[in-house]
Amino acid sequence: MEFRLTEDQLALRTGFRALLDGRFGRDELRAAVERPVIDRALWRELGDAGLFSLRLPEADGGVGLGLPEAVLVFEEAGRALLPGPLVATHLAAGTVPGADTGRTVVAASDGALVEWLAEADEVVGEAGDARPVRSVDPLTPLHRVSGERADRPAAALLTAALQLGSAARTTELAVQYAKEREQFGRPIGAFQAVKHLCARMLVRTELARVAVYAAAVTSGAGDGVRAPDTDVAGAKLLADDAAVRNARDCIQVHGGMGFTWESDVHLHLKRAWVRAGQWITEAEAEELIAAAL
Amino acid sequence: MDLRYTEDEEVFRGQLKEWLAKALPALPPAPDPLDWPGRRAYDTAWQRMLYEAGYAGLHWPADAGGRGATPTQHLIFLEETERAGAPYVGANFVGLLHAGPTIAAEGTAEQRARWLPPVLRGDEIWCQGFSEPGAGSDLASLRTRAVRDGDHYVVSGSKIWTSHAEVADWCELLVRTEPVSDTVPKHRGITWLAMRMDAPGVTVRPLRTLAGSTEFAEMFLDDVRIPVTDRVGAENDGWRVTMVTLSFERGTAFVGEVVACRRTLGELARTARDNGRWDADPALRRRLGRLGAEFAALWRLTQWNVSESQGGSSGDSGSGGGRGGFGVPGIGGSVFKLRYSQARQELYETAADVLGPDALDLAHPWNQDRLSSLSYTIAAGTSQIQQNIVAERILGLPKER
Ligand SMILES: Cc1cc2nc3c(=O)[nH]c(=O)nc-3n(C[C@H](O)[C@H](O)[C@H](O)COP(=O)(O)OP(=O)(O)OC[C@H]3O[C@@H](n4cnc5c(N)ncnc54)[C@H](O)[C@@H]3O)c2cc1C
Repeated sequence: MEFRLTEDQLALRTGFRALLDGRFGRDELRAAVERPVIDRALWRELGDAGLFSLRLPEADGGVGLGLPEAVLVFEEAGRALLPGPLVATHLAAGTVPGADTGRTVVAASDGALVEWLAEADEVVGEAGDARPVRSVDPLTPLHRVSGERADRPAAALLTAALQLGSAARTTELAVQYAKEREQFGRPIGAFQAVKHLCARMLVRTELARVAVYAAAVTSGAGDGVRAPDTDVAGAKLLADDAAVRNARDCIQVHGGMGFTWESDVHLHLKRAWVRAGQWITEAEAEELIAAAL
Repeated sequence: MDLRYTEDEEVFRGQLKEWLAKALPALPPAPDPLDWPGRRAYDTAWQRMLYEAGYAGLHWPADAGGRGATPTQHLIFLEETERAGAPYVGANFVGLLHAGPTIAAEGTAEQRARWLPPVLRGDEIWCQGFSEPGAGSDLASLRTRAVRDGDHYVVSGSKIWTSHAEVADWCELLVRTEPVSDTVPKHRGITWLAMRMDAPGVTVRPLRTLAGSTEFAEMFLDDVRIPVTDRVGAENDGWRVTMVTLSFERGTAFVGEVVACRRTLGELARTARDNGRWDADPALRRRLGRLGAEFAALWRLTQWNVSESQGGSSGDSGSGGGRGGFGVPGIGGSVFKLRYSQARQELYETAADVLGPDALDLAHPWNQDRLSSLSYTIAAGTSQIQQNIVAERILGLPKER
C-alpha cells in the first residue's frame, strides 16, 4: 500500500500549479470577473498542457494517465478558481472532436444545472428546456434544466477535486492573512479564536483530501452511466463541506475586508455553492451512503 | 497513489485470519466492563496469546523484541483483529502504545531488556502519571518533586486521572528535578522516570468516571524511592522525552478504534431499519450517511499517515504551507485526533436517536459508549490544545505566548 503521491504525481501537480500561476494569476482572475467569457487561447493552452486529454490513451493522442492524476490537476484548477466547463470538456475528450485539445468547449447538463451553456460549442445531456438564471457566481453563467439527474461518477469526483483545491486555497489565504494583519498590537493569528478557525479549516481540508484521493484510486469511476459509489459520494460530500465552510471561515478571518468585492474569498464561496449543487448534492450523497450501510 | 495491498501483505493477512479463527474461541468470556481486575486478567491473557503466536509488538522494532513489521502490516492487524471481534489493547494500552515505544526509542539497552519483554508477554501493565491536579493542559507546570538522594530519587506529590492505575505494575512518571526559577523555565527541570506501583509511599485512590467505572485514579506519592537507573533520558531532559511519548499517544493509539466505529455504524443502520426509525426519520438516515463518509475518510487518513511514515516524506500533502508534517507522529496525529474524537461523539449521539426511549437504558452497551465518548475530546490533550498544535506547528501561526 502506497497511499501517497509518487514523484511523478508531485511533479505533475507542481507543473500545473506553475502553469496556472503564470497564466491565470490574480490579475487574470479579476479581469475575468469583470468580463465573464471563456478565454479561448487559455483553453487551448490548457488543452496543450493535457488538462483535457489527461486520461485518453497515448495512442489516441492523450497523456495516458488515470483518475488519480486527473484529480490532482483538477485540485490545482480549483485552487486557481479557473473558470469554464472544465469537467464537462475533460469528460468529453475522446468523444467530442476537439475537446481533448481544448479547441472545442463542451458544456454538460447534470439534469439540474448546466454551466457555460451559451459559450459552449457542444452540450452533452438534455438541455432542451434550459432557462438562464442570474448566477450567484459572477464567473459561472448557469442554466437550470428539469431533467433526470445524470449519474456520472467521474464528473462528481472531479468536481469534488475542484472543491478540495478551493478548500486548501482558502485555508492558505486565511493563514496568510492571520499572520499579517495586526490588531491589539499583535498578528490576529496569535488569538486563539482565529487560530482555531484556521486549524478546523485544515482538518476539513485534509479529510476531504484523503477521501477524494482514495475515491480516485478505488472507485474506478468510469464514465459509463452508473450511480456514483459510496466512495465518490463521500468524497463529494466532504469536499463540498470543506469548500463551503472554509470559504465562510476565511471571510470571517478577513473581517471587513472579507466582505468586500475586492477580496477573492467571496468568489471561492460562490463557486463552492455552485459546485455543491452539481452532480450530487449533500442530501443525495448522504442518502446514497446510508443506503449502503 | 495505490491502496492495494502487496502480495506479502495479503499473505500476512491470510495467516493472521487463520490464526484468529483458531485462537479466539479459546479466549474466556469478556469480563464486566466495570471489573478492572477482571479486565486486566482478560487483556493480559489475550496479550500472552498474541505473544506466543508472534503477533505481540508487531510494529515495535525487532531489537526491542517486536516483529519489526511495517506500519501497513500493523493496519492490517488492526483491521483483522477488529473484524474478528478480538479484544482491543485495553489495560495494555499505555505499555504497548506509548510507554513501551518511548522506552524503545529513548531507553538504554538494559532498560529495554528489563521493561519491554514483560509488556509484550502481557506480564506487566503500565500506566501514565503525567497529569496533576494543577497541571493538565499546562502539563509543564507539574509540581511533583524528585530530590536526589545517592542513587535514588525521592519523589513526593500527586497525580490524577491515571488510567488503569489500580491494576498497573509500572508508571511512566513525570517529576520536577529542578524547581522553576528565573533561570529554569518550566519546560526544563522535568525528568521521565519509571516507577513501580508497589513501591512504598504510593497510594492509589480510584476515581469514579461519569460512566460509572473506576478506570482512572488519583495517586499520592509520599517519599517514594526510585532508583536513578530507572530514569529514561537525561535528568532535566524529560520534556523532550515526554514529547516522544505524546506523539505516540496521539499519533497511533486511536487508529484501531476507527474500524470498530465503522462496525458500530453498520449496527446502527441495521437497528434503525428494524425498529422503523429508518423510514420514519430521513434526517436520522442522512446523519448515518454522513457518518459513513466521515469514518471512511478517517480510515483513509490513517492509511495516508501510515504510507507517509513508511515511505519517507513525499512532500507536503497539499495544504498546510508545505510543512509536510503528516508522517511525523503527533502532528498528523493531531489532525486525526481532532476529527476522530468529535466523530465518535456524533456516532453515539446518533446511536441514542436510533435507540429512542432505550437511549436511557444503561444496559444497552451503546449507552455506556455514549458516556465514555465524552472523554475523547479531553483525554490525551483536549481539542483546544490540539487546535493550538495544528495552528502553530502545521500552519505556522504565532505562538500564544
Ligand atoms: C478518560 C481520561 C483518561 C485520562 N488518562 C490519563 C492518564 O492515564 N494519565 C494522565 O497523566 N492523564 C490522563 N488524563 C488527563 C488528561 O490528559 C487531561 O484531562 C487533559 O490533558 C486536560 O487537562 P485538564 O483535565 O487539567 O483540563 P484543563 O487543562 O483544566 O482544561 C479545562 C478546559 O480548559 C481548556 N484549556 C486549557 N488550557 C487551554 C488553552 N491554553 N487554550 C484553550 N483552552 C484551554 C481545555 O481545553 C478544557 O476545555 C485522562 C483524562 C481522561 C478524561
